[in-house]
Amino acid sequence: MTVVVRTITRVLFPIALAFGAYVIMHGHLTPGGGFQGGAVAASALAMVVVAFGAGSLAKRKGLLSGLESLGGVAFAALGFLGLGVTFFANVLAGAGGLFGNPVPYGPNPGDLNTAGTLPLMNWAVGFKVLAGLGAAVLLFALFGGEHDR
Amino acid sequence: MIGNLPFVVCMILVALGLWTLVAKRNLIKLVIGVGLIQNGVNLFLVALGYVRGGIPPIYTLAPAGAPMVLPTPQALTLTSIVIGVATTALMLAFAVVIYRHKGTLDARKVRELRG
Amino acid sequence: MRGWLGVAAFLVAAGFLLFGAVALRPFGEPVWAEMDEHFNRFSQPEVAANNAVTAVVFDYRGFDTLGEATVLFAAVTGVALILRKVGK
Repeated sequence: MTVVVRTITRVLFPIALAFGAYVIMHGHLTPGGGFQGGAVAASALAMVVVAFGAGSLAKRKGLLSGLESLGGVAFAALGFLGLGVTFFANVLAGAGGLFGNPVPYGPNPGDLNTAGTLPLMNWAVGFKVLAGLGAAVLLFALFGGEHDR
Repeated sequence: MIGNLPFVVCMILVALGLWTLVAKRNLIKLVIGVGLIQNGVNLFLVALGYVRGGIPPIYTLAPAGAPMVLPTPQALTLTSIVIGVATTALMLAFAVVIYRHKGTLDARKVRELRG
Repeated sequence: MRGWLGVAAFLVAAGFLLFGAVALRPFGEPVWAEMDEHFNRFSQPEVAANNAVTAVVFDYRGFDTLGEATVLFAAVTGVALILRKVGK
C-alpha cells in the first residue's frame, strides 16, 4: 500500500486498540461489553493486515491461537467460581472484595468497581473475540496471497 | 398496518434475501442473500422488545420516570449476530477453495456429488 | 418449469411472512413481560450492574454465552482447517 495509508495506519492502530479496550472495560456501565469491544479491536488488526500485507502478522499466529484459547478457558473457569450456589453464580457482587461495591438504586453516575464477575468475563470474551476474528482475517489473507506475489 | 411498519420492513428484508437465494447463481451473491436474511431477523428480534416511550435499559445517567425497554431480545440478538459472523466466515472459506479448485463460481457447474 | 416452481414457492413464503408481520400484536406494547420486568428491577440489587443487557447476557443467561463462545471457537477452527496449504 502507499505511504499515506501506511502512515495513517501507524497513527490509528494504538487509538483503535485503546478504544476497543475502553468499550470492553466499561461493559457493565455503558452500552458495550465483551463482544462489541472485541469486534472493534479486531477491526484494528484487520486494518494492519490490509495496509502492511499478511506477512507482517504471519509470525504471530501462535500468539493469536494461544490468546483465543486462554480467553475461552478463563470464561469457562469463571463459571466454576460460584459452584456452591449454582453454575455461573455471581459470588463477587456486593461482597466488598475485588469488583464488589454495591450499587445505589435508580439512575446514578457509574462506579467501575461494581458488578462482581462481569468485568472479568468481559475481558475473557473480549480477548477471545479479538483473537478469533483477527485469526480469521489473517488466514484469508495468507491463503489468497500466494497467487499474485 | 401503519402501526406495525417496523415488523413489515424487517419481513421485506427477509423476503428480499429469500429472492436472492432463489434467483441468483453466483456463489458470492448467495452469501449476500444469506446475510440479508440474517440482518432482517436480527432487526425483527430487536424490534420485538420495544415499549412505547422507552429509554435504553441502562441506569448510568438515565432520565428519571420513563419506562425501560425489554433487555432480553437484545441479548439474544447479540448471540445471533456472532453466529451469523461464524456462518459467513465458513461460507466464504468454502467459496475461496471452490474457486481455487474449479476455476468458476457458478453454482450449477460445481455439482460433484453424484455417482 | 423449475424456474416457475421456484417463483411460486417464493411468493407463497413471502405472503406468509408479510401476513404474519401485519397480524402480529401492535408495535410497542409487549404482552408477557414479567421476566423482563424482573430483570430490569433486580439487576442493580442482585448483579450490582448498571447495564441490564450485560447482566442478562453474562449472569441470568450465562449458558447461552457459553454456547456462543463455543460456536465462535468452532468456526475459527473450521476456517483454519479449510484454508490450509497442502503439500510441500
